[in-house]
Amino acid sequence: MLLFVAKRLGVMLLTAIALTFIVFYLTNLQPNLEKLARSEGSVRMTDESVATWIQQNGHGGSVLGRYAQWVGIAPGWTRTDDKGVTRGRCIDDGVTAEDAPRYCGVLQGDWGFSTVFKVPVIQVLAKAMGATGYLMLAVMLVMVPTALIMGVLSGMREGSTTDRVLSGIAIATSATPEYVSGVILVALLASGTAGLSPLLNDWGVIDTKTLFLGTATSAMDDITFWNFTLPVLTIALYGVGYIARMTRASMTEVMTQQYIRTARLKGVSFGQVVMKHALRNALIAPFTVIMLQFPYLLNGVVIVETLFNYKGFGWTLVQAAGNNDIELLLGCSVIAVLFVLVTQLISDIGYVYLNPRIRLA
Amino acid sequence: MSDWDPSKPILEISNLSISFFTRLREIPAVMDFSCSVMQGESMGLVGESGCGKSTVALAVMRDLGKNGRIVGGTIKFKGRDLTHMSDEELRHIRGSEIAMIYQEPMASLNPAMKIGAQLAEVPMIHQGMGQAEAWALARQIVADVRLPDPDRIINAYPHQLSGGQQQRIVIAMALMSKPALLILDEPTTALDVTVEAGIVDLVKALGEKYGTSMLFISHNLGLILDTCDRLCVMYSGEAIETGNVTQVFDKMRHPYTQALFRSIPLPGADKNSRPLVAIPGNFPLPHERPKGCNFGPRCDYFEDGRCNATDIAMSPVPDDDRHASRCLKWAEIDWNAPIKLKAAKPKTPIGKVVLKMEDLRKYYSVSSGAFGGGTAKVVKANETLSFEAHEGETLAIVGESGCGKSTFAKVLMGLETATSGSIMLFDENVQSTPIQKRNVDTVSSVQMVFQNPFDTLNPSMTVGRQIIRALEIFHYGKSDQDRHDRMLELLDLVKLPRAFADRMPRQLSGGQKQRVGIARAFAGGAKVVVADEPVSALDVSVQAAVTDLLMDIQRENKTTLLFISHDLSIVRYLSDRVLVMYLGHVVETGTTDQVFQPPYHPYTEALLSAVPIADTKVIRKRIVLDGDIPSAMNPPPGCPFQTRCRWKSQVPGGLCDTEMPPVQTLTGGHQIKCHLAADVLAQMEPVIKVAAE
Repeated sequence: MLLFVAKRLGVMLLTAIALTFIVFYLTNLQPNLEKLARSEGSVRMTDESVATWIQQNGHGGSVLGRYAQWVGIAPGWTRTDDKGVTRGRCIDDGVTAEDAPRYCGVLQGDWGFSTVFKVPVIQVLAKAMGATGYLMLAVMLVMVPTALIMGVLSGMREGSTTDRVLSGIAIATSATPEYVSGVILVALLASGTAGLSPLLNDWGVIDTKTLFLGTATSAMDDITFWNFTLPVLTIALYGVGYIARMTRASMTEVMTQQYIRTARLKGVSFGQVVMKHALRNALIAPFTVIMLQFPYLLNGVVIVETLFNYKGFGWTLVQAAGNNDIELLLGCSVIAVLFVLVTQLISDIGYVYLNPRIRLA
Repeated sequence: MSDWDPSKPILEISNLSISFFTRLREIPAVMDFSCSVMQGESMGLVGESGCGKSTVALAVMRDLGKNGRIVGGTIKFKGRDLTHMSDEELRHIRGSEIAMIYQEPMASLNPAMKIGAQLAEVPMIHQGMGQAEAWALARQIVADVRLPDPDRIINAYPHQLSGGQQQRIVIAMALMSKPALLILDEPTTALDVTVEAGIVDLVKALGEKYGTSMLFISHNLGLILDTCDRLCVMYSGEAIETGNVTQVFDKMRHPYTQALFRSIPLPGADKNSRPLVAIPGNFPLPHERPKGCNFGPRCDYFEDGRCNATDIAMSPVPDDDRHASRCLKWAEIDWNAPIKLKAAKPKTPIGKVVLKMEDLRKYYSVSSGAFGGGTAKVVKANETLSFEAHEGETLAIVGESGCGKSTFAKVLMGLETATSGSIMLFDENVQSTPIQKRNVDTVSSVQMVFQNPFDTLNPSMTVGRQIIRALEIFHYGKSDQDRHDRMLELLDLVKLPRAFADRMPRQLSGGQKQRVGIARAFAGGAKVVVADEPVSALDVSVQAAVTDLLMDIQRENKTTLLFISHDLSIVRYLSDRVLVMYLGHVVETGTTDQVFQPPYHPYTEALLSAVPIADTKVIRKRIVLDGDIPSAMNPPPGCPFQTRCRWKSQVPGGLCDTEMPPVQTLTGGHQIKCHLAADVLAQMEPVIKVAAE
């Protein structure tokens, strides 16, 4: 088992290097750097001064060299200008060149400085990930149990009315992208003039003008049912359909297995057959899908956070990309890559636990 | 049940009819079936596949699925009618009063639950027993079914046990709450014969110990004779004969039962002087059953206008113990008339050596770690295999699963190459030539008939096209017309109508498919044909016909037939020489008579005694081997058979544990690989005796 984890970690490291390099290369293409120079220096800079600015701020030289500096395995660049002031990647304001560390990259915890938010990248990301973490947690708490219950209920009696109804819902939700379902939900539940809210208000069921709040900005400070339901629901709906379909397929297959007949003819009640005998076997396939939902959620939050103006990871990513904030973009990509790889490792380990026939050397 | 009188039958099925409903039509699976099982009695249900015997068992459990429905009759268990019970009542009976043992043990156990948990569940549900107590009981029952190391086993998962052990666990599970009735649905079909013998012994002993009644479903008549008191023969959804086992075996009163017995190879049958009598025709499909007697179209005693006039009811055969037959003419037929013998056929002369193997070895290296780590292990699939096969000869290779018989076939065919040793085919060395590099002549002269005719034909190509394809590969003929003509001749050869050339494999029955497989093998005029269990997937009545066909073709073409099988009855019937394999070693070789008579190799002795024989006149010595076949990955030191050998104590100095035995050559070229001294071997008694009539 340890050997397996060690091997997986090795492969993960290679994957992380490859992926971050691709992102690094794409974000550091020449036009991006020129744009950066103009936004950091002056919009009216001449082409020559742009080139000089790029050179002087450590964006010259080979991509590989710059990547190594960014990772923190090559010494950061230093440059002494005409006035004898030494500037460099690792030399922060108020620190002399002699006191500054030689290496300062991602590995050293120096993720750079966000040009949009004017604070270190790591601070931006910490705050954004915190916010997104709550969102994801809420989504998972809603999505996974709902989907599994739906899948198991429809899979345990294939072709029944319950199965048909639940399958219909599952197909409908997984066929509706978030930007559609989000808008529909807002119009239906969070508008003072349309949808259900005016009616409910008239009847006196709710005191507020709308059933739910159409923006989640206030949830940054204080998460309530009122301001957080819609973003969570929007993301969860899409995933629910997908996981439920997978669970259903797996469950129907398991229910036709001979050992289910054995259990039934042992006198086990139907509920127990499903819970004790079928469930664990039926969860093996959806488990992988559920773990794959984590990276997908990271995508999903981009649209939903922007739609509901919730300042999490997705919103930050949009800001970084829209404003050519190279260091922040790179930071986001590191987080995303690590997140995907770690969840996949957990998925493989969990798989072994669920399926005793797989034993890892 | 307090109101149940033990002198009444424990299970009484009367006039049961079961149908399956599809969108198109209602398919009757079982019609007018009646039988009763008394306390402590075991009842056998015999019949070919599709005759409805498993459907009856599932109906007793009331588990017919969504499409199946009981359309008439009653099933009374201890006087209570199961057909009208609610799900809740049924649940209390299932597992506690009626338990079932299934055909495939691996599939019947939950792969994700520990053995102990699966066993303990039964008393926890039915007796409300506590978990600790239930596990203790599970441990005790596991010991009861004679499994070694019960503590380890109850904490194991099913995939960590061998097939025989899994089946013992399924039996243990059925016995957890001491049921009054045990239903066994082909419990040993998936197991090897020596393992089967152990299971059968166990079931019998447990039945006696607990006084359990049994409903034993099998297609194997020999097994029924070994285990049951009464039996019921089924054909096409109907019970056609029922009675005491010895009565039905010795004084059958239904033509189908008689035909069935004539088509199985019993000791004394011989391919040349006393060939088997195959039942003509095919089993009727459920929706194409004939009017009147279902067996009518295939029956020798058929009388038009009488047998096919109306439905026929069971009629009791007087003077016997509840013996009944569903035949109008049973009283008129002369049951003692001798079998109309088919003309005895001349024995094929045995010609020159066509295939010679010397010291053939095939090793596989397996890495033990799932991710390539760990030390590589060597599996010795074949060890020092030497023999000769002559033209026109049938050489049987016998052994249980894992003995290396299929590996040998693969090496001969060129699907694998030998690790060392030589294979001389005619005058050519082929041991290290894979099939891709063999020339067309070699490939077409060594062909194979496969075990499972259902999987070896391409489902999307017509039968004729598949045979023509083989002819093309063998470069037969000059034009398509030539090949087409030859294909039709081949269909004649395997006695299939020429019209079958345009049929798809799915439109053929199992026996017909196997005939196509044989036609394909002989397409290029094969000289050596390896038949890997060619009839084991077929029903008994079809087996005889396919075996006959193989023999006929062999006679005509002087083919050398290498007949790989685990079924000793059929081997005795058709082979000239026999090679017995165990764990990659040839332990005994000789002519059929030599191998089937003492002196035996201890393994051959056990194998012979394990095979059930459907003849009440045969007295068999029971030798039940302990344990399972050792893994080829980790064979025991010394003699491969020493872990299960009952003669081991007769060898002085513990030679069996340390040294590989030498090959002893006895009179007539009979070879035995054993340490036993010649005088001990000479004292061996025959395992099978035919009692004087």
